[in-house]
Amino acid sequence: MRYTPHTPADQEQMLRAIGLQSVDELYRHIPASLRQRARIELPEGLTEPAVRRRLAELAAKNATASDWSFFLGGGIYHHFIPSAVDAVISRSEFSTSYTPYQPEVSQGTLQALFEYQTLICQLTGMEVANAGVYDGASAAAEAVLMSRRIQPAARRRVLVSRALHPQYRSVIATYLQNLNDVQLEEIPFAARGATDVEQLTSRLDDRSMCVIVGYPNFFGVIEDLAPLQAACARAGAQLITVTTEPLALALLKPPGAWGADIAVGEGQSLGVPMTLGGPAYGFFTCQKKFVRNIPGRLVGETVDSEGRRGFVLTLATREQHIRREKATSNICTSQTLCALASTVFMSLLGKSGLRRLAEINLGRAHDACGRLIRQGGLQPCFSGAPFFNEFVLRTDDVDGLLRRCAAEKIAAGVALRQWYPELPDGLLLCVTEMNEREEIERLVRIVAG
Amino acid sequence: MSESSPDDRKALTAAPRLIFESGSPGRSGFCWPLEEGSAQGSIPKAWLRDDIAGFPELGELEAVRHFTRLSQRNFAIESQFYPLGSCTMKYNPKINEVVARLPGFAQIHPLAAAEQLQGALELLYELERMLVEISGMEHVSLQPSAGAQGELTGLMLIRAYLTAQGDPRKKIIVPDTAHGTNPASSTLCGYDVVQISSNARGVIDAAAVAKVMNADVAALMVTNPNTLGLFETNIEEIARAVHAQGGLVYLDGANLNALMGVAKPGHMGVDVLHMNLHKTFSTPHGGGGPGAGPVAVKERLRAYLPVPRIVKQGDRFELLDDCPGSIGRVRSFFGNFGVLVRAYTYMLTLGGDGLEEASRMALLNANYIRKKLEKSYQIAYDEPCMHECIFTDKVQHKFGVSTLDIAKRLLDYGFHPPTIYFPLVVSGALMIEPTETETPETLDAFVEAMLAIAREAKEQPELVKTAPHSTPVRRLDEARAARKPVLKWEPGERRDG
Repeated sequence: MRYTPHTPADQEQMLRAIGLQSVDELYRHIPASLRQRARIELPEGLTEPAVRRRLAELAAKNATASDWSFFLGGGIYHHFIPSAVDAVISRSEFSTSYTPYQPEVSQGTLQALFEYQTLICQLTGMEVANAGVYDGASAAAEAVLMSRRIQPAARRRVLVSRALHPQYRSVIATYLQNLNDVQLEEIPFAARGATDVEQLTSRLDDRSMCVIVGYPNFFGVIEDLAPLQAACARAGAQLITVTTEPLALALLKPPGAWGADIAVGEGQSLGVPMTLGGPAYGFFTCQKKFVRNIPGRLVGETVDSEGRRGFVLTLATREQHIRREKATSNICTSQTLCALASTVFMSLLGKSGLRRLAEINLGRAHDACGRLIRQGGLQPCFSGAPFFNEFVLRTDDVDGLLRRCAAEKIAAGVALRQWYPELPDGLLLCVTEMNEREEIERLVRIVAG
Repeated sequence: MSESSPDDRKALTAAPRLIFESGSPGRSGFCWPLEEGSAQGSIPKAWLRDDIAGFPELGELEAVRHFTRLSQRNFAIESQFYPLGSCTMKYNPKINEVVARLPGFAQIHPLAAAEQLQGALELLYELERMLVEISGMEHVSLQPSAGAQGELTGLMLIRAYLTAQGDPRKKIIVPDTAHGTNPASSTLCGYDVVQISSNARGVIDAAAVAKVMNADVAALMVTNPNTLGLFETNIEEIARAVHAQGGLVYLDGANLNALMGVAKPGHMGVDVLHMNLHKTFSTPHGGGGPGAGPVAVKERLRAYLPVPRIVKQGDRFELLDDCPGSIGRVRSFFGNFGVLVRAYTYMLTLGGDGLEEASRMALLNANYIRKKLEKSYQIAYDEPCMHECIFTDKVQHKFGVSTLDIAKRLLDYGFHPPTIYFPLVVSGALMIEPTETETPETLDAFVEAMLAIAREAKEQPELVKTAPHSTPVRRLDEARAARKPVLKWEPGERRDG
């Protein structure tokens, strides 16, 4: 059999050592009623070439970024990934190790995660980062749960911006649905696509727990965090920012600099392939004073018995394997290898490279947006709103436009109608460094008809 | 720069600096020309940041060498035997890695139209069917990212179902042998936890369940085989006791590797089950993820499964987002798709018979180790074990040697230790799960090391108590790390480790 090395002679010798006649006897204590019906009716195993053929056949039925022009964003982004990233995370010393419970033989993973935590803190301007959670959406939900642990019981109103990623809003709602003390409310967006600060201010009171906004938000609009933060601070609510495109933070003043209490997001953009939206990872940061309420793993520096620097999982008394029903979160296995990919990515690009990449995104997105309006005849949805690499345009016939583009192997964007009935003609586009000038010109030509 | 000494220049195991302590201002592994027409003017100046202080500045080789050297400071399945109990550290086949990287899987976008994702949806649809067949359940959601998220999802399904019956109820029964995630997930789902004890034989009695089972109890969460490596032989009767009071049975499938083709959870009276694809179905653990924790249910819970659901219409696959009754989404997009591709590939490779053979050999390996060690280490429960066996440090304790010492000494012999001090009901537990992919020769070598340590514990206990002696670092001061947490590097800190 594949992957089981036991020859008949091996089996015989092992059974003899155990004192049994057959492998079946190992199951003698399992009720016959269960054993009789246990056979798995699946086809016989395939040879490696046959497996490859089947998988290649399935893969060929998908539109890939290598064959198509993608102008798709909305939480998952098509970015350049240096070859070195996959080379490093493919090393089996990283990929086939377990969660680093034995620090003496896990210093590789532990040090890399310590570096990851540092990089994420630097990028977000926050004081503490954990070692990562499942994705941006569950990070947002965990952030709300964390706020619930910090804020007094009288504060249980959660205000979520309608301009936050709709799937994230939905995951937050799922996580909160069984906690009867929490009340989830939506704050509308204003004419320019940013969270309506006036509405927010009028809704904040001494029962407000936290406010959650996208930065940039789902429409690609860069929220002005200053008034949002000020309103939260006045009311005693916590400000939680959610960033689905962390590359933007190489240019934008980060959440920490605006005074966010908790800043989370999706890390896919930084060195993780799109892979239908997973696996990537969620990053999770907060101010230092909240560290004992943070969910997930934390890696800390220490010394060994000979005084050498080393790293360990720390503050484990927050976690499920120690605290059980009183843990800060139920999270156990997370997304370490993806966080490692981001660590390599950020290390390779570095201070100047990450900024350069962000500038290229900003430049190409603005160039494309301008042309689609001027030459393509589309209308801006949120005119004058500052954006990074995503923007919303309007067209009378979104479906027709998407169809015409798809015929030319262009995925032109994401229709907003499915989540925003109030934006029936809105199309969310994303332009990155992977969209060459010719691609953008081709898109503009087809849109212009 | 520090002064060179032969030790830190030559030793393969010398500590690399932190990435922030290497490099030089102006260096980068990324070299793209700046493009004309900067759009920075479109963003208010006060919203822009300066350079990211402290961010790395290295060339590509410098960075690659840094991470390569870090990797060499890890134990991993491909270099060491890794018998970590309840973690199923089996071989992670290379073909899985190759196919998961095909552009048709790695370079696809979740918000593309369904007609542009037909291959991906077909794979997910087929994988759901395969898991149904293996588990004996009726429907599957592939969305949960890992086992713990699967548990939370499963409990939410139970809560939604009971709410629809008129009362979500208040409590979840969890045995004392359960993983910590079980009670933690219960709390997150708004339930109180009632703990019950396993009996003298390490399993649950139906009578113990019946005693605490009443109209306040929403569900029993049980792991089978349990974390003692024992099959819950009363599972059918237990399920009847729970159902008789209107409760549901949740099975934690962390140990499904013992059961494939042997017994199906769906036949045990189980209503909800989660599976860990990064354990049973061979996807790499990645030093702590990504995993995948699909949830399987019986028909009466189908309506509550997370959205989107994948449906087949003729020969097309579509996404159903509008499902009244659904608990909603538990994460973005489709779950950890790349992990699901690997698990699917594994199942295609092994087929039904191969999966059964995997479970059989997992049992054979565990029972072999159990037999070989039972004279030198105290066995926790003298019952036939499934895919893992549990010993204690009782014999060694009288020489002052503990489970932790034994685990650390194993590192010197080049083996990853078993899971230790878990389950909590066994004092000084050593939980050994060899998995089916190991040869008897490897098992023999591990047994030899364990026997040698048992001798050392008696004859030179100090040697064991001060282990490990040969690892890149020795025992680390965990108390210090927790007392004054240093969770990131700060500029100006020392440049050498």
